[in-house]
Amino acid sequence: MSTLSDPPQEQFRLSMLVNDTRYRSLTFQAIAALLLALSIWYLGNNLIQNLRAAGLNISYDFLGNPAGYDINQRLVEYDNQDSHGRAALVGILNTLLVAFLACITATIFGVIAGVLRLSNNWLVSKLMAVYVEIFRNIPVLIWIIIIFTIMTAALPGPRAFRGDDPASTMVLDLFAFTNRGVYIPMPWFESGIFASAALNWLLVLAVLVGSFVATRKIEAWASHKQEETGVRPKTLFMVLGVWLVPFLLLMVIMGLSWEVPALKGFNFQGGIKIGGPLIALWFALSIYTGAFIAENVRAGIQAISKGQTEAAAALGLRPGRIMNLVVLPQALRVIIPPLISQYLNITKNSSLAIAVGYADITATLGGITLNQTGRAIECVLLLMLFYLTASLVISMVMNVYNASVKLKER
Amino acid sequence: MNKSVFLGALTVAGIAAGAAAAGTLDDVKARGKLNCGVTTGLVGFAAPNANGEWEGFDVAVCRAVAAAVLGDSTAVEFVPTTGKTRFTALASGEIDMLARNTTWTFSRDVDLKFEFTGVNYYDGQGFMVPKDLGVSSAKELDGATVCIQTGTTTELNLADFFRSNNISYEPVPIETNAEAQQQYLAGACDVYTTDASGLAATRATFDDPAGHVLLPEIISKEPLGPLVRHGDHEWGDVVRWTLNALITAEELGVTSANLAEMSAGTNNPEINRLLGTEGTLGEMLGLSADWAKNAIASGGNYGEVFAKNIGEDTPIGLARGLNAQWTEGGLLYSPPFR
Repeated sequence: MSTLSDPPQEQFRLSMLVNDTRYRSLTFQAIAALLLALSIWYLGNNLIQNLRAAGLNISYDFLGNPAGYDINQRLVEYDNQDSHGRAALVGILNTLLVAFLACITATIFGVIAGVLRLSNNWLVSKLMAVYVEIFRNIPVLIWIIIIFTIMTAALPGPRAFRGDDPASTMVLDLFAFTNRGVYIPMPWFESGIFASAALNWLLVLAVLVGSFVATRKIEAWASHKQEETGVRPKTLFMVLGVWLVPFLLLMVIMGLSWEVPALKGFNFQGGIKIGGPLIALWFALSIYTGAFIAENVRAGIQAISKGQTEAAAALGLRPGRIMNLVVLPQALRVIIPPLISQYLNITKNSSLAIAVGYADITATLGGITLNQTGRAIECVLLLMLFYLTASLVISMVMNVYNASVKLKER
Repeated sequence: MNKSVFLGALTVAGIAAGAAAAGTLDDVKARGKLNCGVTTGLVGFAAPNANGEWEGFDVAVCRAVAAAVLGDSTAVEFVPTTGKTRFTALASGEIDMLARNTTWTFSRDVDLKFEFTGVNYYDGQGFMVPKDLGVSSAKELDGATVCIQTGTTTELNLADFFRSNNISYEPVPIETNAEAQQQYLAGACDVYTTDASGLAATRATFDDPAGHVLLPEIISKEPLGPLVRHGDHEWGDVVRWTLNALITAEELGVTSANLAEMSAGTNNPEINRLLGTEGTLGEMLGLSADWAKNAIASGGNYGEVFAKNIGEDTPIGLARGLNAQWTEGGLLYSPPFR
């Protein structure tokens, strides 16, 4: 006779949390999470208690108070009676401006240097190697200061332009290069359709966007025609017409004229001023990050097997077209992910702006506002929030682009 | 057991964090060294000399406090601070006191929770321009580019001045005095503005000091003085009365030359109380009886410190002006030692 017994009952015991491999890792993760939460709680609590002991509190009321200081580069209306919050906005726009400009130029420098570094021309490739090694191995702060110092020392002051026989003269009577910045003529409309200049410029932008859409339509039509008949119609003049005719017409209607900078009093007045600090920061960030991007580009190109180039050459493509049509599109898949990091680096490195007196967010909110109000913790938290948000947005946009160029697996 | 060790460590850390707030006098005595915040370098006020020793008008205040508390004027750790870092350094306890030509304002005193212990220099904000610019008044500066040290009261005064005179300017914010000097000399700005004493000190270091003029307008009140953290009144008293001791010593004619003779006892009871041969003023402060004597011995009385560091015989060449004793038409007026 046989006895049937139940299979051994799986009973949960506390010791299994440590002894059973199924639960052990969970146990340790829970402990680690608990310790992490405890230490964060301890640090936060310490902060609150110390603040209370010193009679301070966390408050963002100061953002509404008048700032009381002036900012030299303003992309929006601002004067010293506006609030600290508005001053922070001016700083944010300045940060975004220099980051945007530097991302574009760094990419251009980087792609050119990266491609040329692989050139068969010995001199060109070695020159690019020297560029990359020099610029990426010296801290960017040093580059910013060097470029700014050279600019202020080498270019003449506005005073040199004065007098009957001035030491310096304006280039073509249109551009003035001074140690405070570069002054260029500013376009404006004599008989704008709208009263506000901003709306007029929006109209110009709208017309350009319209031309772009029309161009896409024309190209699509041409491709369609090519598929039907095998002959691609000539579109060059149509495209030129679509771009130039509406644009020139608008310029004539609105009465485009140019305001040329002129020396008045202490400084040049009129025209557009591109300040020395902006130029120094922009250029330094571009050449520094460009050197890193050049290496990314080189890595991307070298990741494409030589067979691709040879196959393209066998089809009779010229070297320039091989690079543009075969190698670079594939290399982009390797280049884009590290490129995102470089864009983030540019944005974050722009916080070195204060070294040359550029009024970015770190200089306004994290510098003057912090100092005048003494709200260090609040200002630094806001700064962290801004840089985190900006970086995540850049990262997101670039990841979308990355997804669009990556290998589509079906 | 492990748990109790962990909680114990937490408790200890908590106590340590709490204890840093109070009892600066005891901390300094226990440490045997005074941590004193000064500028990163402004000749005459605080700058290292050729031997690397800090000297200057603000440095003398630090040395006097160290001498009064520890009996040794060299027992000072000088911590260079910029306009931006100075308040954080003081609030966090990194330094015991700040003597960094800092303007006494309402919001710094009340909102930032500091305590100004007196005024060691009555200053005002001025403008310096190159002589060949041909400007004789700050009101002619419409449209000028102005270098300012960022994070200072001068930034706000400047905005107010130009606003109230209805003229415009373009600010160039700069972190330190040295950078401002470089920018100004390169012509990147037309005007340099900061406290008039600082301008004089900066001009003294130029190759061609005569090529630059200080404009007559003084656009603000800048009472500069040492400060400590709010709430530690014993320590605040020590710093306040050390400064007062230097001022009173000048008023009573106690100098570093006659200090030894005077501290043997005089027939002026206030001098005796000051130098500790009569009464128990030192004990009340929690210091030794000869605290003020040590403070004066560290660099002389207020007048001697002034003359040696920034007076008319130095390259900086500042007149006493507002900083003369009240008996000579100035603003220096120490409460009595009684």
